Amino acid sequence: MSLRLGVPRWVIAVAALGAAFVVLPLVAMALRVDWAHFLPLIASPSAVDALLLSLRTSLLATLGCLVLGVPMAVVLARVPFAGQRVVRAIVLLPLVLPPVVGGLALLALYGRRGLLDGALNVAFSTPAVVIAQTFVALPFLVLSLEGALRSAGERYEAVAATLGARPSTVLFRVTLPLVLPAVVSGAILSFARALGEFGATLTFAGSLQGVTRTLPLEIYLQRETDPDAAVALSLVLVAVAIAVVAVAHGAGEGLRPWRARRPA
Amino acid sequence: MRQRVRPARRRAAALVAALAAGTLLLSGCSGSVFDPAATAAPTRAGDEVNGTVTVFAAASLTTVFTRLGKEFEVAHPGTTVSFSFAGSSDLVSQLTAGAPADVFASADEKNMTKAVGAGVIDGTTKDFATNVLAIAVPPGNPAHVTRFADLASPSVTTVVCAPQVPCGAATATVEKASGVTLTPVSQESSVTDVLGKVVSGEADAGIVYATDVKGAGAKVGSVPFPEASKTLNVYPLATVAHAPNPAGAKAFAAFVTGPAGRSALKAAGFGLP
Repeated sequence: MSLRLGVPRWVIAVAALGAAFVVLPLVAMALRVDWAHFLPLIASPSAVDALLLSLRTSLLATLGCLVLGVPMAVVLARVPFAGQRVVRAIVLLPLVLPPVVGGLALLALYGRRGLLDGALNVAFSTPAVVIAQTFVALPFLVLSLEGALRSAGERYEAVAATLGARPSTVLFRVTLPLVLPAVVSGAILSFARALGEFGATLTFAGSLQGVTRTLPLEIYLQRETDPDAAVALSLVLVAVAIAVVAVAHGAGEGLRPWRARRPA
Repeated sequence: MRQRVRPARRRAAALVAALAAGTLLLSGCSGSVFDPAATAAPTRAGDEVNGTVTVFAAASLTTVFTRLGKEFEVAHPGTTVSFSFAGSSDLVSQLTAGAPADVFASADEKNMTKAVGAGVIDGTTKDFATNVLAIAVPPGNPAHVTRFADLASPSVTTVVCAPQVPCGAATATVEKASGVTLTPVSQESSVTDVLGKVVSGEADAGIVYATDVKGAGAKVGSVPFPEASKTLNVYPLATVAHAPNPAGAKAFAAFVTGPAGRSALKAAGFGLP
């Protein structure tokens, strides 16, 4: 109640409009679903393969984002260095880059004729999908975690350091626990982005059932011959995304540090 | 990728133009000027060709039709040809949904049949070009592919279209007819994506159309593919029912099937029926 007092009514009205803007197209899509044939449509072997592949690669990509993105966020938030703004802008580049261009860039590096001369040999393989997804999803984790680290401040870290804790101890015992909700929400964002990845995968990894054809690629292909199946699969993708966000958000709430729960 | 972005932009422009034309038509003159009897007799008012001609054409026709459009504008001063290039099935959905167009050129008979069945086609359809599959290899042919059967070798990284799209269906037909079973590393959803994988050197070979090989110039090589003659892809063209510019539609269709169109199509690597 106290919150509503402070918000003008027109803001609430516009917010409702915004919610409708996002939800109505999805509702319209749900209305198009051929519910009588929904199960057979989504249970075809190619669809199941695509869903499982998407879940597997998105999880691996999220892991990749955590391993690479947490140190990146820590460095950007805590280590002052020359050209930091430029580095941050470059790190966030995949966010604005059209995914197809991202795929072409990945090809230019990892491709058979790329800069690495095909040393990784990932062409047309599942690892290529994970690389593409990690590439596009990484900025989401870095961005949300860096912001959280900055607003959390360095007071507790300074205290821990004066008490004799070594930098790694401070990182694992103080810094990261303080921003754990941000780590979780950043990971969710990355996972969601990886799940929806299409352009970079198509350009960089190809499209083969069970190997590189993730759910978005399967939807795109099904649309050619069976629009009903494409709509049904889209709905599955939406459902999976909502489920993951809801579950992980709940987990994130539970992890909130005592500081945040204390009344202000 | 450039090929995929461009048609979409054109489509938007074409739709805007076509919508504007359609609105004018609805508000001003409905019955008399576009009387079907008048358009059926081209010797009368039908000779008066001007205004915007909106052409919905299969993506594989982008290069050749863009050129023909410019030639048409020169041959008929006062006309503007506006194109919407996309996958044939997408174009049929748009036509069925009421998108205003004058001419529809499909990359296969299946989609034209769909359009006719939906009642959006006026009069008869005419086959104006053919296309055959071709084997594209990166320059220098690194995997030393010499014939179609080589693509079945596990050491050759082969990329094809998915069976759900026309080029993939044609590939499957050739496989069946020739007894060669391919083990592709990727089944792409468009022929452009297959070509892209070959041009970038990711794939040792890709099955595309003869016109794609021709259009890619020195960026790809090709290998003799006699088996491909088993699947001749026929491109039909027709004028659209309730076309905003019926005279222009007829004139453009005649232009494509006439000498200018035939020579341009031939130069682009199409076969002529």
